[in-house]
Amino acid sequence: MAIEVRIPTILRSYTGGAKVVEGAGDTLGELLTDLDSRHGGLKGRLVTEAGALHRFVNVYVNDEDVRFLGALDAKLNDGDSITILPAVAGGAFGFAAAAAIGSHKLSTVVESGHPVPDVAR
Amino acid sequence: MARYDSLLDACGGTPLVGLPRLSPTAPEGAPPVRLWAKLEDRNPTGSIKDRAALFMVRAAEEAGQLRPGDTILEPTSGNTGISLAMVAKLRGYRLVCVMPENVSTERVQLLRMYGAEIIFSPAAGGSNQAVATAKQIAAEHPDWVMLYQYGNEANARAHYETTGPELLHDLPTITHFVAGLGTTGTLMGTGRYLREKVEGVQVVAAEPRYGELVYGLRNIDEGYVPELYDATVLSRRFSVGTRDAVLRTRQLVEVEGIFAGFSTGAILHAALAVAHEAVRAGRRADVAFVVADGGWKYLSTGAYGGTLADAEEALDGQLWA
Repeated sequence: MAIEVRIPTILRSYTGGAKVVEGAGDTLGELLTDLDSRHGGLKGRLVTEAGALHRFVNVYVNDEDVRFLGALDAKLNDGDSITILPAVAGGAFGFAAAAAIGSHKLSTVVESGHPVPDVAR
Repeated sequence: MARYDSLLDACGGTPLVGLPRLSPTAPEGAPPVRLWAKLEDRNPTGSIKDRAALFMVRAAEEAGQLRPGDTILEPTSGNTGISLAMVAKLRGYRLVCVMPENVSTERVQLLRMYGAEIIFSPAAGGSNQAVATAKQIAAEHPDWVMLYQYGNEANARAHYETTGPELLHDLPTITHFVAGLGTTGTLMGTGRYLREKVEGVQVVAAEPRYGELVYGLRNIDEGYVPELYDATVLSRRFSVGTRDAVLRTRQLVEVEGIFAGFSTGAILHAALAVAHEAVRAGRRADVAFVVADGGWKYLSTGAYGGTLADAEEALDGQLWA
């Protein structure tokens, strides 16, 4: 048995495009070190130089946020499922979701006569 | 009390109802574990956001930032816009909402019905971009007031002063409070209040996990955490996927007769997790969770019927919370 790790699209360049990779370790920190030995550079995107989880990265162990389980010291067991996700604004999440759905659209729709600054490009 | 001078006065004071059928059964002789639903869909526009909208507008009035006839600007794609539109109408303000160009037609229709004007922001760029766009519009219209729910302390204070006290009054034995994590206002305000009053209370967050399409564009260096968020208020934080949220939303209406939106299903999923843990540990628990809104605005997704797989597909890429 191993620990299954779900990789977000933005980090799949480190895993040869793989959505899910497997690793081992008694803690999250050990798991990330183990992953980094096969997927060089991955750990550096998740952990700061000071040795803490990057502020805008969320890691979940069996759907629970690892920051409330000891962060990098969180204990892991064989069979655990890890999900890595970029942090996004909760309420503003709607915007992110809509942006993803409509990413092919780049036009700016204006109503009510108010110009919208074209700052997206 | 059931009589109010105006609709705004009828904000809050929502019922807390027990869920005898969904609550896990503790073994014979073990302390009881009970689930309680705070029915926030019973607010004037049908969601918990009425509380924050009212408090943010009042705070701006008291600070002298809002005068009758002024324009309020808010980036929102959901319930906050609808709540603000109602409050703005009744208090004599104009509301301009900035939202992505591809939100559901129900939301656009509701906002227009309540009298809001809409500026659609470019779909590309994600949440940071939408907030940045709204900030830039605000800079071009310095006389417009941006309440900015992600960083407005009155958003959290609404829950510190109303949701929290209501819960403690109705459920003095509360052990867990479970709510959705969006602007974080509900959890920060209610959570702080309960932590001050109830020793050992657990404040539990449930955040929606959408299909990966949503995260595909997210760059880790461009993440965004609402200014209101203070992780020390929370005890635990769960990420709930679409399938679990749909399953629980359906269970809530099938078993207990409560018709809610999918964000409530995600919250219920986390509430059931902590309730079952309490049963396994043999601990007494009174778990109160938020029913954030009713299911009406999400019927057009088709996700209330068919198989779970169908529903998950129907909601893939949809904004279900």
